[in-house]
Formats: sequence, structure tokens, C-alpha cells
Amino acid sequence: MNPAPSAVLSFQEVTFGYGASVVIDRLTLAVPRGQVLAIMGGSGVGKTTLLRLMAGLVTPQSGRVEAFGQALSVKDRQALYAARRRMGLLFQFGALFTDLSCFENVAFPLREHCTLPESMIRDLVLLKLESVGLRGAAALMPSQISGGMARRVALARAIALDPELILYDEPFAGLDPISLGVTARLIRRLNDALGASSVVVTHDVAETFLIADQVAVLAPTPTGARLVAMGTPAALQASDDPYLRQFLKGEEQGPVAFHYPAPDIAQAFDLNGTPSGH
Amino acid sequence: MADRLAMLGQWALNRLSALGSFVLLFFSLLSLMGQVLRRGRLIAAQTHFLGNHSLAIILVSGLFVGLVLGLQGYYTLRRYGSEEALGLLVALSLVRELGPVVTALLFAGRAGTALTAEIGLMKAGEQLSAMEAMAVDPLSRVLGPRLIGGALAMPILAILFSAVGVFGGWLIGVGMIGVDPGAFWSQMSEGVDFWDDVVNGIVKSVVFGLVVTQVALYMGYASKPTPEGVSRATTLTVVVGSLSVLGLDFILTALMFGGL
Repeated sequence: MNPAPSAVLSFQEVTFGYGASVVIDRLTLAVPRGQVLAIMGGSGVGKTTLLRLMAGLVTPQSGRVEAFGQALSVKDRQALYAARRRMGLLFQFGALFTDLSCFENVAFPLREHCTLPESMIRDLVLLKLESVGLRGAAALMPSQISGGMARRVALARAIALDPELILYDEPFAGLDPISLGVTARLIRRLNDALGASSVVVTHDVAETFLIADQVAVLAPTPTGARLVAMGTPAALQASDDPYLRQFLKGEEQGPVAFHYPAPDIAQAFDLNGTPSGH
Repeated sequence: MADRLAMLGQWALNRLSALGSFVLLFFSLLSLMGQVLRRGRLIAAQTHFLGNHSLAIILVSGLFVGLVLGLQGYYTLRRYGSEEALGLLVALSLVRELGPVVTALLFAGRAGTALTAEIGLMKAGEQLSAMEAMAVDPLSRVLGPRLIGGALAMPILAILFSAVGVFGGWLIGVGMIGVDPGAFWSQMSEGVDFWDDVVNGIVKSVVFGLVVTQVALYMGYASKPTPEGVSRATTLTVVVGSLSVLGLDFILTALMFGGL
């Protein structure tokens, strides 16, 4: 399958694993331009690994990752860095530089990649912070703000260079309901305002279905994660695939077992043994 | 038996591969020096930070080492009736050996551990990955300036250590015991050669600065991003850093002063 020409980023038959265990098994996927693509799946299915592959932080064992029409490879560092400059990656916990203030964190990519006068850096940083609602927190250190705020500062940093592709790693994890709604709408608004494309890795069904154009669902198999479905939120909700139904509705019964594989329960509690003499 | 042999082999292989990554990291940093040197402000900040970090402990230790050298030196020299050579003995011991070596050992314990913990925690907090994702090489932004900072701060600290140590020796010898001050200073200025003694001592401390800082950076960079991983890396910095300094000191001394 060839990815659509309008894809910003594409995976072709990508396999990746740590040592002998395969995390992602021959995955083919395309991120459509201008849209918000959500990648969903249970914990530990390899979603974060997928995002790291997209940013070129890890290299697939086989297959090809292409961003902006060019293959990502650690061997060609210059091309890799050029591609990364056109991407923004939001880490799950923000990964702010703890020795720099919020302002300096957002200014970091500008200072590293552009030679701008200080007054322009100041204006750009304050604009980015304004867009995530945290202009007032510019002078604070990362240790002085809450986890949800840290993630928003990190988002301002990720969009500092007006990226064409924004990657979000679990942006909703551990947020209170208000921050959750705010963050979800922010992702949609930034995508449309910047004319960018977004990839949101998450397992939060409700919020994701409100903002995503396309949803890809990964399911674990013994030989690594596989793509089980991709489509619009409405199409996925109408599907009768058993894994999809279990995942979207959060049911205990289904293809994914609640119990981690274990020996027989009767054996574990020694219920088959001869009764004691009482 | 075969199991033990396999374990020994595995251990040796692990050590070798760690040594390989250590050397590889050093050469990667060297190859990035062009980029690193353009970050003058970061280098200055790191030199200041690392130097300041260890300044108090270095000055206090230098003074005490000088005091002890003055006392012990006096008792030995008196047997041969050459107490006037006390200044020379104190200065040579400090400038050639104790200044560079003790400074490096203290630096490994004070600034080295701080560096390892800092890099290890940056790694654990995904800050290094975040930098990578922003197309900024952590080697040239974070590690490089620290390596140069360490190599610059160490000789300055060693010079201060020796200077304070000589003052300590003077305090004991001239101030308390009553050695002739004229003889104390003139023997010292005649007997200490600028190139052979002072410059060689400074060369030693630059080498120690590079090695200790590189060990600290490597341990942090290669640490497992967990609390146990970072704590283990910090301990290893002191152990490996100190042993490297003592081993290298023997080699450097043999090379520099071996002909004497």
C-alpha cells in the first residue's frame, strides 16, 4: 500500500522491538495533511514507541518512516534534524528544562535555531505562551507550576517554530476534567490555526473522539502491536469488531483478558490437595 | 564451572563495551568542539558554576594540607639540620603532586557527582530526548560546555589549592615554629622551576579536569533513568574518577619527572 501523496508522515511496513521482543509489527500508516490523527490502544501497546519512531528518536528494525517526503534515518543526521525542526513533539510529562524559566523554555528552540533580536524573541515567546493561556506564568520556574500547566508550557515550546506536524504523547493523562477539555480544544485550535497536522497518542476515548478527524486503533498481538482499524470516529463507533467494541466501551469481557496469564487458580491456592485432618 | 566462566566472560564484555562507549562519547564530544566553542556564554557559565561549586572545599583542604606538610616536613628536615628547606619542600610537594591530585579527588566528589546527578536526572525527565526532538544535539548543548568548563576550572582550583597550601606551610613553619622567613621564601623561589614544576603541575590538572569531568558526564549520560540508576552512577563517578586520577598521576609523573 502506498501512502497518499498528501501524507505528512508515513510508515511503511515498520517493525520495531527492544531486543527480541517485537513492539510494533509491520505497521503501515499515513498521517493525513491538515488533520488530527489519534492513535489509540491500551497501555503498553507501543503507542509512545510509535511517536518516538515518528520523531526519529528510535530507528525501525525494518521498514521505512518518511516525514515530509524524506526518509528518517539516524545515519543522515542533517536530514533528520531538518525534519525535526518542522515537527513539534509534546512529551507526556512536558520534559521542560528544569533549570530554565517557562519563558526561557519556550525561547529555547528560537535561540537555538534562529538569530533573532531579543525583542522579537520576547514577542514570539509571549505570543506562544498566550496561545496556551500562560503568558502570566512566563517568569515562573517549572517547579512552581502544576503538571497540567507544565504540559501547556511544553506545548508552547513545541509550537515555537510553527511546526507543520505536532506530535502529542498522552496529552490527557492525569488531567482534571477542566484541563482535559481545555487541552483537547487547544489541540484542535492549534492544528487549525497553524495549518499543521497533528498526531495524538492517547487512550482517552471520549475527548479524542470529539477532536480527531481520523482514529487509528492498535491492538496487542503476541508478535507485536498491529493496526486493527482506522477511520473517522463515527465509522469506528459503528464497527462491530470485537476488540474495537471492547476498547471503546471499556468492557472487561472481550478479546483482551483482564488477567495476566497465571497458573490455574485452584493450584495456586492449593485447593486440590487432600483436606487436612480437622 | 562453565557457568562461572560464562559469567566472567559476560562481565569482561560488559566492562569492555562500557569502556568503548566512554571513549566513543569522548571522541564525539571532541568532534563537536567547533560547535561547542561557539557557545562561549554556556562555557563561561559552566566554568564559573563548577569552579564555584568546589571553591570552598578546595581552599579549606588546601590550607589543612599545607599546615600538615609544614609540621611533618619540619620534623623530618630538622633531623638533617635543613629546616630552611621547608619552603621548598612544601611548595614542591604541592605544585607537583598534592595540588593537582587532591584537587581532582575533591572535584570528583563535589562537582563530579553534581554533574552526574544533573545529567542523569535530565535524562530521566526526558529533557535530553526533548532536546533531541527539537533538533538540538544534547552533546553540544549540555555535555560539551560542561567538559570544557571542567577542564578550565580544574587548573584554576589546583593553583588556588597550592597557593593556600604554601600559605599554610608558612603559617606553621615561619609563624609558629620560627623557621627563618628569608630562607623559607628564597629556597622556595630558587628550587621551584617554573616550567618543570609549575607548568607540569598545571598540565596534570588540565588532564585530570578532562578525565574527571568526562567520567562524570559519561556516568550520567549512560545511567539508567531511575532513582537507583542515578544513585549508582553518582557513586561510580567518585570511584572511577578517583581511581583514574591516581592511576593517571603515576603515568604522568613517570613521564614528566621520570628522568630525575
